[in-house]
Amino acid sequence: MSHKVIIIGSGPAGWTAAIYAGRAELAPVVFEGAEPGGQLMSTTAVENFPGFPEGIQGSDLMDHMRAQAKRFGAEVLSQRVDQVDFSARPFKVTSNNRIYEADVVIVSTGASARRLGIESEQKFYGRGVSACATCDGFFFKNKKVVVVGGGDAAMEEAMFLTRFATQVVLVHRRENFRASKIMQDRVAQQPKISIIRNAEVLEILGQDATRVTGIQLKDVQTGEISELETDGVFVAIGHAPNTKLFENILDLDEHGYIKTKPGTTQTSLPGILAAGDVQDSVYRQAITAAGSGCMAAIEAERMLREV
Amino acid sequence: MSLELNETNFESEVTQSAVPVLVDFWAPWCGSCRSMAPMVDTFAAEVDPKQLKVSKCNADENSALAARFNILAIPAFVIFKQGQEVARFSGSFSPEEFKEKVMSHLKV
Repeated sequence: MSHKVIIIGSGPAGWTAAIYAGRAELAPVVFEGAEPGGQLMSTTAVENFPGFPEGIQGSDLMDHMRAQAKRFGAEVLSQRVDQVDFSARPFKVTSNNRIYEADVVIVSTGASARRLGIESEQKFYGRGVSACATCDGFFFKNKKVVVVGGGDAAMEEAMFLTRFATQVVLVHRRENFRASKIMQDRVAQQPKISIIRNAEVLEILGQDATRVTGIQLKDVQTGEISELETDGVFVAIGHAPNTKLFENILDLDEHGYIKTKPGTTQTSLPGILAAGDVQDSVYRQAITAAGSGCMAAIEAERMLREV
Repeated sequence: MSLELNETNFESEVTQSAVPVLVDFWAPWCGSCRSMAPMVDTFAAEVDPKQLKVSKCNADENSALAARFNILAIPAFVIFKQGQEVARFSGSFSPEEFKEKVMSHLKV
């Protein structure tokens, strides 16, 4: 059976596209993917999404969006897309060995947390190395933790971890932080947080493979190598777009983001639209993702009228 | 619905269980745990209870159990056989990946 619209991804872009497409009676099918709800599922309070003056938990916001999309008839599949064939209409999307067809596909696969990319990080993942302070911070009560990164996400994780940990060390590989001024100020005023600048994490150190005991750092200016004792390492060094499925199919920029025509969500292939962080390396906000998801649904509706 | 574990029933349901037990360590404030939960419930309904017992443990309410098993990341899925931990994995998975991961540890 062929559908009108398939939406790949379930962050703010995907759900907003589904809400608009649903209301336009396009009966969208949403593939939630391997990280349902996307990046907001692992954040704490979202304070800058309009309409929530007291802030809202990221996971609550995503639950609301999902419910809203379902209310307007979105079909939600808790599945990951394994392969796409965009060579001819109807476009084909393979998931769980089944092929789904649609006249328009909206790609909103977002971005996923970047990892340090060292072997010891993999070895201790879930054993003291984490990419989600809101999920795992609780297990570091009265312990010492390190947060790696220099953006807003790293600052938020560090602030959140002060609820549990006795000491939080923020390690950043540059001199200056990318984080917003408000977050930098909050961190500066928090006595539990100390900062190490110009330092790169070389290795996660630990006892056998079950417990982290420290990290090895390299001063990027002097080359000096040192060790820092810690019970946990939270990695918050940004995100990379989830575009592996679309390599050699859609035009991507040099960092792997899907290229869209300015002012639209149109990709290099007619009928394939992209919304949210997967095509946005500049703003990367819940609200901009939602905005572009809305644009994609409206463009889809117009295209389908012409088909 | 899968079995709810706590400090009172853990020994009888897990440590002394004749069949292997999968324990989903989760907490209400963990978004990924919440998005994995319906999938774990579906899996629990499908699996043969003579082959595997599927259970969940709220790590927030049962922090002593979380500490005992050195749970440092959730969702954490731990498989016990004859009361011994034989495997664990944490994070988000698609239903197929999840089933495959659990089943691969049951064969051996």
